Amino acid sequence: MLRGRSFLEPMDFSTEELEELFLLADQIIENPEHYTKACEGKLLATLFYEPSTRTRFSFEAAMLRLGGQVIGFSEPSSSSVAKGESISDTIRTVACYADMAVMRHPKEGAPKVAAASTTMPVVNAGDGGHQHPTQTLTDLLTIRKEKGGFDNLVVGLCGDLKFGRTVHSLIKALSRYQNVSFIMISPEELKIPEYVRKEILCRNKIPFEEVENMQEALPKLDVLYMTRVQRERFFNEEDYVRLKDRYILDGAKMKLAKQDMMVLHPLPRVNEIATEVDSDPRALYFKQAKYGMYIRMALIMGLLGIE
Amino acid sequence: MVVIDSIKTGIVIDHITAGLGMKILEYLDIDTTKDTVALIMHAVSSKYGRKDVVKIENVSDIDLAALGIIDPKVTVNYIEDHIIREKVNITVPERVVNIIKCNNPRCVTSVEQGAPQIFHLIDRENREYRCEYCDEIISMKGGYSNEIIHKQWFDR
Repeated sequence: MLRGRSFLEPMDFSTEELEELFLLADQIIENPEHYTKACEGKLLATLFYEPSTRTRFSFEAAMLRLGGQVIGFSEPSSSSVAKGESISDTIRTVACYADMAVMRHPKEGAPKVAAASTTMPVVNAGDGGHQHPTQTLTDLLTIRKEKGGFDNLVVGLCGDLKFGRTVHSLIKALSRYQNVSFIMISPEELKIPEYVRKEILCRNKIPFEEVENMQEALPKLDVLYMTRVQRERFFNEEDYVRLKDRYILDGAKMKLAKQDMMVLHPLPRVNEIATEVDSDPRALYFKQAKYGMYIRMALIMGLLGIE
Repeated sequence: MVVIDSIKTGIVIDHITAGLGMKILEYLDIDTTKDTVALIMHAVSSKYGRKDVVKIENVSDIDLAALGIIDPKVTVNYIEDHIIREKVNITVPERVVNIIKCNNPRCVTSVEQGAPQIFHLIDRENREYRCEYCDEIISMKGGYSNEIIHKQWFDR
């Protein structure tokens, strides 16, 4: 049962609980009118300490389409956070007004501090370069709809794997399915963090390769997950400039890939996917964004205990 | 040979890895203006070749979890009336609170006052711990002085 729980990382829910959410999302996609009053009288608080378009809009749209309402801030300078208020005090105050909260914060573990300070459900909408579990729900729903499931996939992850929180969350989530293997394509400086390698991949004996050559990896992949090199995670500009254009997916590279390979991207993109790829039927990143709203609708209903 | 008297009541920390006695004493933050303390360094040990030993008079309670992180092979002897009342073999703790400090500048503990520093053991042999919040891995084997929270820092 998901009612009253927080969702801070993919492992917070079992694969069975995730499947319940996917089934509910399927029903919402099939018949959205049926859900327009599901959350009537409920309030969602959005606490975005960092910029966001997709995640914030998709949560707000999700709640509004369920008949609920939204309060919140989209940058900390417009709240008492600017006066130095702690995360713990902020969430305890918000819990006086709202039924659940969604938080995005630049510091890793911030939503966990929030969840420990309240009985209200808290959802991690991205914490620094650490995790982004609702993006993972979006990614999983997209893969499930296109591939029918998660077993027996070769998943390529490309770009910034060190600070790419969506990558860390996705690897964690997919590690629980059968016969999934990973090919991680990145420069040496942006490889996955040690805890992902050690605690998730090695501990669960999941096959993986770490490579720098994108062209060689492409023909092997069922799913290609592209990521942006994130300027905001670098402490110095020179490192960012040196690494940012290392991998660009274009039409020529797409010719190397399988006919049924999916291309995903959590967005926003800068130039790592050329716009010429957008018209390729394998490019699913905008459809992925739309699925994000539906899975968030299912998540909100689950955490509020609405049947 | 250096000879130190036995203590009447207090604690003897024995089988400390040679050279670590000072660090352990520093961590325990014993008030040396009040309590009698003896630190023996590089004593001969039949078991380990060389060892340090710390004797503290009139102290009955010390942080065993911190000892388990710094030097898990020590033995703690609780002394009463010159007799060993209890002998405790330290183990590496599974979970520690406010002993190790996360050194990841992106971790929420770097900004949130009041958030306890919580770490979970992930590799006993290498004494590797994972931060509860950011998942950063710290190894407590070898040099760790920047990662250990001194009790006096925490009490501020």
